[in-house]
Amino acid sequence: MIRAGACAAAEIAENRMSQSENAAPAPAKRAPAQPPAPLALSINDKPYYHEGDPQMPLLWFLRDTLRLTGTKYGCGVGACGACTVLVDGKATRSCMLPMQAAAGHSVTTIEGLETDALHPVQQAWIEEDVAQCGYCQAGQILAAVDLLKRRPKPGEDDISAITNLCRCGTYPRIRKAILRAAALAQGQGK
Amino acid sequence: MSRRDAAPVDAGRRRFLSVSLAAGGALLVGVRLARAQEIEPELLGEDLTAVGPFVRIERDNRVVIGARGCEIGQGVMTSLPMLIAEELDVDWSQVLVVQLPYGYADTDKGPSNRYGDQGAGGSTSIPNGWKDLRQAGATARWLLLQAAAAEWKIAADSLRTEAGEVIAPDGRTLSYGALARSAASLSLPDKPVPLKSPAQYRIIGQPIRTADARAIVTGRSQYGIDAWAANALVAVIARCPHLDGTLDSFDDTETRKVAGVRDVVAIPGPKPDAPFDGVLAAGVAVLATNTWSALKGREALKIGWKPGPWTKESTTALAARAHELLDNDEDGLEVRADGDFAKARKQARLVVEARYEMPFLAHATMEPPGALIEINQDRARLVASLQDPDGASELISRMTGLPRKAIEIRMTRAGGGFGRRLRNDFVAEAVVIAKEAGKPVKLMWTREDDLQHDFYRPFGVHAMAATLDRKKQVTGWSHRVAATPLGYRNDAAAKRPAWSGTIGADDFPAGLVANLDKRFFALESGLPRGPWRAPVHTFQAFAIQCFIDEIAVATKQDALALRLDLLGEPRQIPYEGHGGPVFDTGRMANVLKIAAEKIGWGARRSDGHGLGLACHFTFGGYAAHAFEVSVEGNDLIIHRVVCVADIGRVINPLGAQAQMMGGTIDAISTALNLAVTVKEGQVQQKNFPDYPLLRMAHAPRNVEVTLVESDADPSGAGEIGVPGAAPALANAVHAATTVRVRKLPLMPELLKRL
Repeated sequence: MIRAGACAAAEIAENRMSQSENAAPAPAKRAPAQPPAPLALSINDKPYYHEGDPQMPLLWFLRDTLRLTGTKYGCGVGACGACTVLVDGKATRSCMLPMQAAAGHSVTTIEGLETDALHPVQQAWIEEDVAQCGYCQAGQILAAVDLLKRRPKPGEDDISAITNLCRCGTYPRIRKAILRAAALAQGQGK
Repeated sequence: MSRRDAAPVDAGRRRFLSVSLAAGGALLVGVRLARAQEIEPELLGEDLTAVGPFVRIERDNRVVIGARGCEIGQGVMTSLPMLIAEELDVDWSQVLVVQLPYGYADTDKGPSNRYGDQGAGGSTSIPNGWKDLRQAGATARWLLLQAAAAEWKIAADSLRTEAGEVIAPDGRTLSYGALARSAASLSLPDKPVPLKSPAQYRIIGQPIRTADARAIVTGRSQYGIDAWAANALVAVIARCPHLDGTLDSFDDTETRKVAGVRDVVAIPGPKPDAPFDGVLAAGVAVLATNTWSALKGREALKIGWKPGPWTKESTTALAARAHELLDNDEDGLEVRADGDFAKARKQARLVVEARYEMPFLAHATMEPPGALIEINQDRARLVASLQDPDGASELISRMTGLPRKAIEIRMTRAGGGFGRRLRNDFVAEAVVIAKEAGKPVKLMWTREDDLQHDFYRPFGVHAMAATLDRKKQVTGWSHRVAATPLGYRNDAAAKRPAWSGTIGADDFPAGLVANLDKRFFALESGLPRGPWRAPVHTFQAFAIQCFIDEIAVATKQDALALRLDLLGEPRQIPYEGHGGPVFDTGRMANVLKIAAEKIGWGARRSDGHGLGLACHFTFGGYAAHAFEVSVEGNDLIIHRVVCVADIGRVINPLGAQAQMMGGTIDAISTALNLAVTVKEGQVQQKNFPDYPLLRMAHAPRNVEVTLVESDADPSGAGEIGVPGAAPALANAVHAATTVRVRKLPLMPELLKRL
């Protein structure tokens, strides 16, 4: 990784770390010097605070502030779904969700999906060898997690309702992986 | 499921183990346990147990193999290490794959690369790796054998290997791990070592899952856009929206008030009429501590543009000009002429003619272009999603004055390529900004930037004519194309004939029809052009393969039989283009016949469904597509899609099937709805809502892929799945509806005429 000398801005030193130094996503500053009051939210079961622009989309807080880069930028207008995260369990396009609106909610990113073991959807994705370039797959996986929570035994039409874009054309394997994940989850009683 | 099938999952899990064990060594200190894929890849060449540039064997017998290619989704992170692992003779479950950096080296003979060819273009990764990476694996195995021979004091040629062990005639074994240190100290063999015979293959030809799948599904995979450097600033650029326009004036007062904005830098555009050897457009860059601030700062800029020389350019005018050129038939550039087409035309019983219009296309890689660059007094480092690291290295050297050996390039997984990253304009922009700012810069492109400032797939109109005799035999074939040449403001492409990229001299039916005339007419346009996945082939196959169908319909012949008649007896005919030196008519006919059989060609149907066929030869591989479609109301329903490919020996069937499936869906997505259009010298499309890639609901639920078994040397798989799909689809649409769509994208045309 690129590593440069001393940091120019304190906020970079505190909120931004290079990938190789970044042992764990660090919370942003907890004690704000002045208003506006920091926005509190939970990300992957840990508390975080944001005290910058309340209009900043969650996507950039995840990627630029926390360096949780598994959530991808694709279009910035909610059209492609590469930035999909779970907000209170519901698949949500983080590029369109201002921090103000994310505050008080519980966010799960692709990095937080694996707990003790891979989530059945992640496992199924590996087994069906879904990914090509892989860039959209975090969003696809989280959309599938949301779908399976609502419809544990999804039909083809339920899967068709996922609108995340894939430029590589992995859709048929995504379909198979979702059905496999449904079977895996059933087997695990999830 | 076979054990081998499960291997990649294991490999992912092993990665954690490997790093935590290795972290005791000084070289790995500081690497996070949970970020295993961030192992400094250059360790691969420096460790005491490195056996050649691609292989490192740990004492516990785990084998680290370096992946040299640009992984853009074509699977080289898996398939290239497979070639090495096969000849090294290890079990795939022992293997840990790591991405290699760009391997520039100065040598007595000039610039060199210690890893060989690292670029991604023209489906060459596998054919090139087939030549040198198997030898790399075999050489590492040879060194291990020599080490074992020395240890046991017996002749090396009495030893054999299996799954990471050397085995003596008396049954004693030594693991590669135990031999690695002594093997690493031996001299390389002075001539190439023998390779396995195909009967000995244990990895090549097996379905192997993506080596780094676990990193992908857990969000830990690193793409160019994910790179960061302490002290870096994020840059976004407001680029001139007018083709070849320039910056007149700008006011950044409001921009500088945006929290987080640190600097504003003007970017001079490319010199008028000169090649695009660096940046693509004039602009103003905003640098900030984070992307959101940079974007807000960019929005607050007040910029006056000078619109440049192309304000009258429009796609409509371009199409009219193309037809005018083709109507007048003047100033055409001869691409290939066999026999006497004019005479054939005079003597013909019947002449069939049709024109096909192909739109400009954007690449729209899911990960937009971007680059992280740090330039110091005597060094530069680039981290980016690339297809041409050589080009990036040359460019940075030229722009900074630094020698190439002082430029370090870290290659990452790339969120798609499709030819977009064969140009390094985004690297040049990052260099310009970093030099101005005096800081590391992470350049971000938005989707709008990407769709409006691409190197677009050319626009053009194909005019086809075929002459037939009384027996309905094709006696002559004319293919004239009026198109925007690839060589526009591109020195490298300008060295090739103007027509390259839009028509292939030796492509179908060259060599199969006695009287052939291929001509090119240049269209002037200010839109930058570049290669787009299977460049000339996606551009021409639609016209060629739809036109054969039209000839069949006009002469009441079977479209399969007509193609097979034209191909004739199985034989090899000369093919000088990329993918040559020969085109095998038998291999083409074979995939076509299999595809026809799979789709149920020839059976009478009463369900209103239509079938369509097409085939194409691309970069050494042969593919045929077959579609079954119906139109219900305003919906085009794709019931079945068949893709049959002969790409020679298949290295990784799971990966090759994925490429055929993905290539086919990419082609469908593009053919149905995608076009870039220009009006008043500006690109009209801005984001995915007006460049609508196919979504799950409209994609076929399955692509039935068949890979023909073959002993021929492997060709690449990344592009051949594309060219035949669009014409097969359009031919099926005609069969179902009698509507012949001759202009892409297909859906708007079809809806107009239903």
